[in-house]
Amino acid sequence: MTSELDRRAVVAALLKEPGELLVVAGLGTATYDVGAVAERSLNFYLWGAMGGAAMVGLGLALAQPDRRVLVITGDGEMLMGLGALATIAAQRPQNLAIAVLDNASYGETGGQQSHTALGVDLAAVATGCGWTHVCRVREAAELDTLRRRLREEPLFAVIPVSRSEPSRHLPPRDGAFLSSRFRATLGVA
Amino acid sequence: MQQASWQDAVYEALRRAGIRQLAYVPDAGHARLIARAHEDPEMRAIVLTTEEEGVALATGAWLGGERAVLLMQSSGVGNCINMLSLPQNAHVPFFTLITMRGEWGEFNPWQVPMGSATPRVLEAMGVHVLRAERAEEAAATVEAAAALAFDSTVSVAVLLSQRLIGPKVFVR
Repeated sequence: MTSELDRRAVVAALLKEPGELLVVAGLGTATYDVGAVAERSLNFYLWGAMGGAAMVGLGLALAQPDRRVLVITGDGEMLMGLGALATIAAQRPQNLAIAVLDNASYGETGGQQSHTALGVDLAAVATGCGWTHVCRVREAAELDTLRRRLREEPLFAVIPVSRSEPSRHLPPRDGAFLSSRFRATLGVA
Repeated sequence: MQQASWQDAVYEALRRAGIRQLAYVPDAGHARLIARAHEDPEMRAIVLTTEEEGVALATGAWLGGERAVLLMQSSGVGNCINMLSLPQNAHVPFFTLITMRGEWGEFNPWQVPMGSATPRVLEAMGVHVLRAERAEEAAATVEAAAALAFDSTVSVAVLLSQRLIGPKVFVR
């Protein structure tokens, strides 16, 4: 699925005025994107644990039901943990949304095609798992609406993005620092 | 239900430890704990499709200020290996109760390789391993393990031996 949307511009639009939004970024370019556009203490970056971003988001959303949680990840990371879509749908947390930046490839490892280039439809998978709020966004003009929906609805959004590699921005990767900073900011340390 | 007594004591130990999220892949040996969790309005019971989901969930729970436990069978430990790097790297507690297969009177040979490797696999990934062999020590072991995990911020597993679970659960 080809798209002209630039992933970093998409993430910048989604994280505009983040307020107290709790953000989990999935391993790979999604972590670089989130760090590049809005490095902040309420971001938790995954530098490993591939397939775990959505479930980190669920544990966080259940623990903080009065806060909004947004998971931003890539198609490859989401594909490794597809079962999480079933597990999350079964729990029906109203404060958790997932945005998948879908470039249909494994950008970190040489740009090999991912399953979404080969016919797998992540939005349809989410629908099949029981997600009732699912959307695909292809136009830059839709991003303002998407930002609002991701902060109000239990939304699963797939955003096709171009395969262009943005400049690499490396956010902090000391997990102990990231978790301590996150918990202290949240007031649960 | 003869087994209910020690399993209920284990559940009470989980409650005293402040656990609020109980994630599980269904297992007959954990059935009583799972049923108690679903009945308990103070506990969130979360059924998983695969065990490593629970490792990531527990990390998210801790980030949000809650404590989680993962209930699984020894066969599920292999599914968790890489995900165990998450709580270790993030300096976040991880706490799991594991019902053992492949040891005491196992009738299914397919359970033996992972059951035999379970303690070594956990230890290789930096998880502290405690073991309960007898009903009267189960709750105390769980209580001590929870304290170790959450007070000292490490990963801890309690192996509930197949002898403790009892062959009745598994043998037809």
